[in-house]
Amino acid sequence: MSDWTRIYPQLLDATWETLYMVGVAALITVLLGVPLGVLLTVTAPGGLAPRPALNRLLGLVVNLGRALPFIILLVLVAPVTRGIVGTTIGSTAAIVPLTIGAIPFLARLVETSLREVAAGKVEAAMSMGARRRDVVRTVLLPEALPSLVAGVTVTVVALISYSAMAGAVGGGGLGDFAIRFGYQQFRTDITLATVVLLLVVVQALQWAGDRWARSLAHT
Amino acid sequence: MIELKDVRKVFPARRRAGEVVAVDGVSLTVERGEFAGVVGPSGSGKSTLVRLVNLLERPTSGSVTVDGRVLTELPDDQVRQARRSIGMVFQHFELLDSRTAAGNVEHPLELAGVGRAERRRRAAELLDLVGLGDRADARPAQLSGGQKQRVAIARALAVRPNVLLCDEATSALDQASTAGVLELLRRVRDELGLTVLLITHEMAVVKAVCDSAVLLSQGRVVDSGRLADVLTRERSPLGDALLPAPVADAGAGHGGALLRVTVTDRTPETVVLETLIGDLGLAVEIAGGSVETVAGGRYGRLLLRVTGGVEGLDDAVQRLRAGGVLVERVPATAEVDR
Repeated sequence: MSDWTRIYPQLLDATWETLYMVGVAALITVLLGVPLGVLLTVTAPGGLAPRPALNRLLGLVVNLGRALPFIILLVLVAPVTRGIVGTTIGSTAAIVPLTIGAIPFLARLVETSLREVAAGKVEAAMSMGARRRDVVRTVLLPEALPSLVAGVTVTVVALISYSAMAGAVGGGGLGDFAIRFGYQQFRTDITLATVVLLLVVVQALQWAGDRWARSLAHT
Repeated sequence: MIELKDVRKVFPARRRAGEVVAVDGVSLTVERGEFAGVVGPSGSGKSTLVRLVNLLERPTSGSVTVDGRVLTELPDDQVRQARRSIGMVFQHFELLDSRTAAGNVEHPLELAGVGRAERRRRAAELLDLVGLGDRADARPAQLSGGQKQRVAIARALAVRPNVLLCDEATSALDQASTAGVLELLRRVRDELGLTVLLITHEMAVVKAVCDSAVLLSQGRVVDSGRLADVLTRERSPLGDALLPAPVADAGAGHGGALLRVTVTDRTPETVVLETLIGDLGLAVEIAGGSVETVAGGRYGRLLLRVTGGVEGLDDAVQRLRAGGVLVERVPATAEVDR
């Protein structure tokens, strides 16, 4: 057990790598996934700005992104990753497939949240002379905020799960750590320690997300 | 102030249902300062009709004029501008849960680009006007139905509209809250000189607040006019809907002839009875009826049974009509039916 002193710093590094990959990917996912979700909602038939053709195209792309197993996506987007980051190896490179995998996921959750905002509230804003973008900004997003926060929480947890696979492209992180030290060196205790660590991170995130969503809900 | 000319609204066919003609050639005029009602059963096109006034629904044909502007000829961005002078109140309030009462009242001001300080001041003033000055920081979830509708009314008045549209504004409220909200609507109409168009399926609401009304059925106007006029007009469907023809009380005597009489402030039942009993010497009993306050006046429909001196009945009817009383003989068969 004395080798834990050797392993411990590496476990710490792996934890930071996971947090880095997930953190940056989550940020980009929110920045791009929320607008995509809004677009999916407003272009839908009966939406604020119905564009059936565009809506079908977006729906198709989003479904494709969600249907692909993440490990396949990882390989498929390698050229894109190289184009953006310059390499396909490492934590930073892993952020690209993570983001591409999570955006469609979040976009669908955002779409569901926005759809649940009562049509009457939208109509009331229209009756006040609101433009469509005003409706999105002052009605849809604020009214759906608790539900959006819950959606982002679910997405971040999914990102942590995806990030474990990023080890396959040398992305590092806790998943990679568990495979290299735990599985390949037959150290079940290391695997278990990693799992516990992941569980703690996920629990903390879910707890914080739930609390935040609840503090925003006024219904 | 509001003028609809031959307005039609046809919703195109959906997958299963065929096309729906929601509003079928409606023309109506609401004068400045008038409190007008549109009444009809559900599915009669009322809710579509009110949405045609601020062009939340664009009419398929016909023209909509509000405050001298022909809205149906304006492009979308100008319609949006025009909507700011038309407030609207909804059945289910449609307040934003994410905002406080004051925040909801500020919403239209925000959309109109009013500065923060001015918005605050105006919201406080409006919440005072609707009697909720002390609930400015309450969330909609913390307010009762009647209070929510008061906030919604304050919100609708925030940008100083000339016209207020009410879509079943009291239908989700209990009786006490309904009375309070109707009184508030009437008061803001009087104080702010608003023109109000109110949609409802409840005759009691029309009777409580409206000066005039339109009776809608299957997207068409069946009858319309000032309440004072339709109530004293013969065979007015709207008048009959407001004050249904009385039914003879089952316990009342039989025989004789039945007269249906409409009494008003100008021709009260004392005058009618005085004419029949005092002047003509008929024997009269009241077989049924009711008297109510409508549009601030006293109106009633009575069913009189004339048991003695029936031979003088035609003369009696003539006399009453000459005195301006709305009266008609109820055919004997009708009595058998009842």
